[in-house]
Amino acid sequence: MSSQTTKLKVDPRDGKLAMAHFYVAFIALALGGLMGLLQTLVRSGKFELPWGIDYYQILTVHGVLMGLVLTTFFIMGFQYAAVSRTAGTHSPAARRIAWIGFWVMTLGTVMAATMVLLKEASVLYTFYAPLKAHWIFYLGLTFVIVGSWLDGAAQIMTYARWRKENPGKPSPLLSFMAIINTVMWIVATLGVASTVLFQLLPWSLGIVDTVDVLISRTLFWYFGHPLVYFWLLPAYMCWYAIIPKIIGGKIFSDSLARLSFILFLLFSIPVGFHHQLTEPGIDPAWKFLQVVLTFMVIVPSLMTAFSLFATFERYGRSKGATGLFGWFKVLPWKDARFTVPFIGMASFIPAGAGGIINASNQMNQVVHNTIWVTGHFHLTAATSVVLTFFGISYWLVPHLTGRKLTKAMNKLAIIQGWVWFIGMVFMSGAMHFQGLLGGPRRSAFSTYGDSAQALEWIPYQIAQAVGGSILFLGIILILIIFVNLAFFAPKGEEEFPVGEAENLEEKAPMIFENWKLWLGITALLILFAYTIPFIDMIQNAPPGSEGFKTWGSW
Amino acid sequence: MHIHKFEKIWLIFGVGALVVFLSVVGVSAFYLGNKPPSCLTTIDPKKVDTEAPFDKPGLNKVEGKEWDYELVYVASAFLYNPGEVEVPLGAKVKVIATTKDVVHGFQVAGTNINMMLEPGYVNEIVTTFDKEGEYLVVCNEYCGTGHHLMSSKIKVVK
Repeated sequence: MSSQTTKLKVDPRDGKLAMAHFYVAFIALALGGLMGLLQTLVRSGKFELPWGIDYYQILTVHGVLMGLVLTTFFIMGFQYAAVSRTAGTHSPAARRIAWIGFWVMTLGTVMAATMVLLKEASVLYTFYAPLKAHWIFYLGLTFVIVGSWLDGAAQIMTYARWRKENPGKPSPLLSFMAIINTVMWIVATLGVASTVLFQLLPWSLGIVDTVDVLISRTLFWYFGHPLVYFWLLPAYMCWYAIIPKIIGGKIFSDSLARLSFILFLLFSIPVGFHHQLTEPGIDPAWKFLQVVLTFMVIVPSLMTAFSLFATFERYGRSKGATGLFGWFKVLPWKDARFTVPFIGMASFIPAGAGGIINASNQMNQVVHNTIWVTGHFHLTAATSVVLTFFGISYWLVPHLTGRKLTKAMNKLAIIQGWVWFIGMVFMSGAMHFQGLLGGPRRSAFSTYGDSAQALEWIPYQIAQAVGGSILFLGIILILIIFVNLAFFAPKGEEEFPVGEAENLEEKAPMIFENWKLWLGITALLILFAYTIPFIDMIQNAPPGSEGFKTWGSW
Repeated sequence: MHIHKFEKIWLIFGVGALVVFLSVVGVSAFYLGNKPPSCLTTIDPKKVDTEAPFDKPGLNKVEGKEWDYELVYVASAFLYNPGEVEVPLGAKVKVIATTKDVVHGFQVAGTNINMMLEPGYVNEIVTTFDKEGEYLVVCNEYCGTGHHLMSSKIKVVK
């Protein structure tokens, strides 16, 4: 083993880069959170935005900051640190590439944000054509993506170096997982990069007059579903490989953890049609095929659930817990590093079940584009994923800044987790119920001409504002903790926990590191799911669409 | 690679449940005809007003088809044409719609009628209005400043 791999501390030079990512991520959280609060208040019907600010403008800010900026920056920072911790300090070349990536992403974010603030891009974070934003908005998004590729390249370089130095050995689990997520991200972003570079940018620059809407949407959703797994997998990294160490237990099975990540790589991408189930122009047989592929991705989630609870139960029993559920009580509930991600994990049970409903072919008609969907991804992304990210920050930020998570901050962090959970029960719960009654998502307050049906939705919208206000309190708490851990907490050593497998004799099969094989199968599945529908779309394309700017200017 | 016995049982149970779910959904879609709206007809978005059936928006009685009426909608920012329509109770209706500009949604709240309208494409769904009352049609895909004002009404009457 090389000396670097035994290092227990992330090199300060790598730590600095990871922290740079976290600063941007938490600024995005602060601003995006404020926008979220304003949205729920507007939609309650009790509050109007001042100074000519448009509801859809703040909705765009919220979506872009929370869905694209917070997540991408946090994930890249976390994975960069995790690879440094487990596969060794990044080389100067890798670190330089990652810094360039960071600055390119930041520049892209500023470009896109400026256009949104100038009301040149009130197109929401999905920017569906033929709504036409300013070209600087699209170029900014391109920079965010290209920057993330550079960030990912640094991780891949360090992983490749480890493999070269350790022939015939399975790579460290956390590094392996980070690389799977990076590879999935690169393959997935090819779709959105294609529509932005070849369709939306030339069109917004006036080089071409029209855009093919269905192809653009299909390329977007080729990216849009793996995007949500890109958010989720870092949370799974924490659940699989870090939480066992925090509670003092062992990873249930290193090999099965790797297998589940490979299944995510294979089945996250060829499934975008389940976001397009009610769209014209796509044959229902192909939609159903992608629904079947979508359901495959549930298998690794079932494996994950089993492993986590097996780890918890074994740990509990080793502490002398008896009975069917006695182990549950002895888990370290007073440790925020465990409890906060645990709330996230538990939320994933209803969240995942809701996802199965959404993806169920024609059943999607019941909920498509209703606020049920918003409720769904506020459970998955904004609870399971985000609470796990918070839980990671509670040890990673002090680890990188050379500080300690104090008892007081630990307590505040646990309070933060429960505040978030309660806020989300109100907000996401009300969204789910209102969605079942037909209430649309992404809409400002409206009584639709005092329609009896729309009036029934208003109590749910008030509940969402209550939930949104509680959640905003949660955002204030996490920001206090983050700033404390970054700048004010007492100096000290905080551990970067890395779990060990229960059975160290059992080595992960080397076939898991055979990238030609897994990338080959990934490519085959994508070609299988998309080639014929894509040819159909091109051959039967209607006349293209001109751009529209259907929102007001300043 | 070793898989624990309990995990095998759990996965067999889980995958079995998924197979059941998919079979139910698949049989309902392809055998019982409940496919999601997936019309393949295209149209020039600039000529919507002059092309049949969109030159006559509203409820039109038809003969010799599997449905009794065709209910035709033209969507544009931020309105549906027609803005209000009466449908006889129990009528089997094919709803046909398209958009003249950006992407819109078409959802009849409280029913399973929910489809995307995209420029260049016609979308359709066949349904039976078997409950009396007033139904709100809402746009559920963001289309601009007036998105939350875009609606229409279907009155199902005896």
